[in-house]
Amino acid sequence: MSQATQLLIGTRKGAWIYRSDDRKAWRVQGPIFLGHIINHIVQDPRDGRTLMMAAKTGHLGPTIFRSHDGGETWTEAATPPAFPPSDAANARAVSHSFWVEPGHASEPGVWWAGASPPGLFRSADGGVTWESVEGFNAHPKYWDWCPEDGGTPDGALLNQIVIDPRDKDHMYIATSTGGVFETLDYGRSWAPLNKNVEANFFPDPYPEYGQDAHYLALCATNPDRLYQQNHCGIYRVDRPSDAWTRIGKAMPEEIGDIGFTILAHPRDADTAWVFPMDGSDVWPRTSPGGKPAVYRTQDAGQSWSRQDQGFPAEQAWFTVKRQAFCADAQTPVGLYLGATNGEVWMSDDEGGHWRRIGAHLPEIYSVVAAPL
Amino acid sequence: MTVAVAIPQQLRSYTDGAERVRVEATTIDAALRAVDERHPGLRFRVIDEQGRVRPHMRVFVNNVLARDIRAGVSPGDEIYLFGALSGG
Repeated sequence: MSQATQLLIGTRKGAWIYRSDDRKAWRVQGPIFLGHIINHIVQDPRDGRTLMMAAKTGHLGPTIFRSHDGGETWTEAATPPAFPPSDAANARAVSHSFWVEPGHASEPGVWWAGASPPGLFRSADGGVTWESVEGFNAHPKYWDWCPEDGGTPDGALLNQIVIDPRDKDHMYIATSTGGVFETLDYGRSWAPLNKNVEANFFPDPYPEYGQDAHYLALCATNPDRLYQQNHCGIYRVDRPSDAWTRIGKAMPEEIGDIGFTILAHPRDADTAWVFPMDGSDVWPRTSPGGKPAVYRTQDAGQSWSRQDQGFPAEQAWFTVKRQAFCADAQTPVGLYLGATNGEVWMSDDEGGHWRRIGAHLPEIYSVVAAPL
Repeated sequence: MTVAVAIPQQLRSYTDGAERVRVEATTIDAALRAVDERHPGLRFRVIDEQGRVRPHMRVFVNNVLARDIRAGVSPGDEIYLFGALSGG
């Protein structure tokens, strides 16, 4: 099986693409759009070629670029994601697109985007034009789910879109202000999916909505299983149950279960990885104790083991943001992370050993692995 | 009537490097739409979907800061677009 892999890296000041035929020696392409804020770059698995990039440039408005030649040339969307015009005093304008998601395998050309302020957008023509998904963006409960004053330091987010591989009508979204929502009808209607998920910043710490869902991982071999890294812990749900279980309680107490990302093993639904960060006190969001490590479960969250070989043993305070930790689908699985200090780290043995393959990039926002 | 729109450096990728675009318009909004017809995508980088100038962007007509792009312009006016390239 070919080990050829590429890493699509978005940073605060441009994009880079790392490519390798063997996951050992890496070639670097870039910078691409130097100085632009690149939140996310994704390759279309349906054609194995198209790259879609969410970009913003300083104070210029947000847009989306696509490339069909490996990132050599890029074409801007004719109509980037935007909310419908409104006379309301609180009329929304997209600050930036944060997440781009290829549509279901049965729908070539369909793409979805999540934005800040929280908004869901769809393209049916390969990213040329984008439309507001009014089923969410104009939902009667929208302002309850996505209040104006809610959100992260860079603005409230609709930060992820997950599509059930068995059913294009069944999707999940993660938001920073309302938690997880689910649709069974292709986005026309939505319902919260947050039972048992803590939101310790409310008087009622287990509300129907209001959670901060950092990341969802749907298991490819068991799409009824979802893992969630939340602002308040690590969770798992096995559908059709709608009640999450806090599997992060099994993490070492001194590490805690706060982080941005959770990854599911592409072939084993019991295996997942997290990269914990310090969520104590004032939330430093650094590697706990200055000692970076990945934690892995191989029993669906009943227990976790530390994987830190190769990482600095001390005085390493980097942070890995929510889109900057990813896995490939190779055997053994490769894991990759990009740090806020501009370093790129990888493991080609499912987290057993780590090595630095890149450094001195701008602050890394996203790393996405794709077949080359 | 003809007005000139001065294009800041960070938007000249849309105008093939042109520093000024002359268009026929009677309002700022009409001028920016006319520029966008010729150079698609430029307007949205400056004006959001609600018709508001984006934060930290500035639109001047001659030497006067324009707070509403629906304001009228006169023949020979110069519309300046500026982006505050702040931050580290």
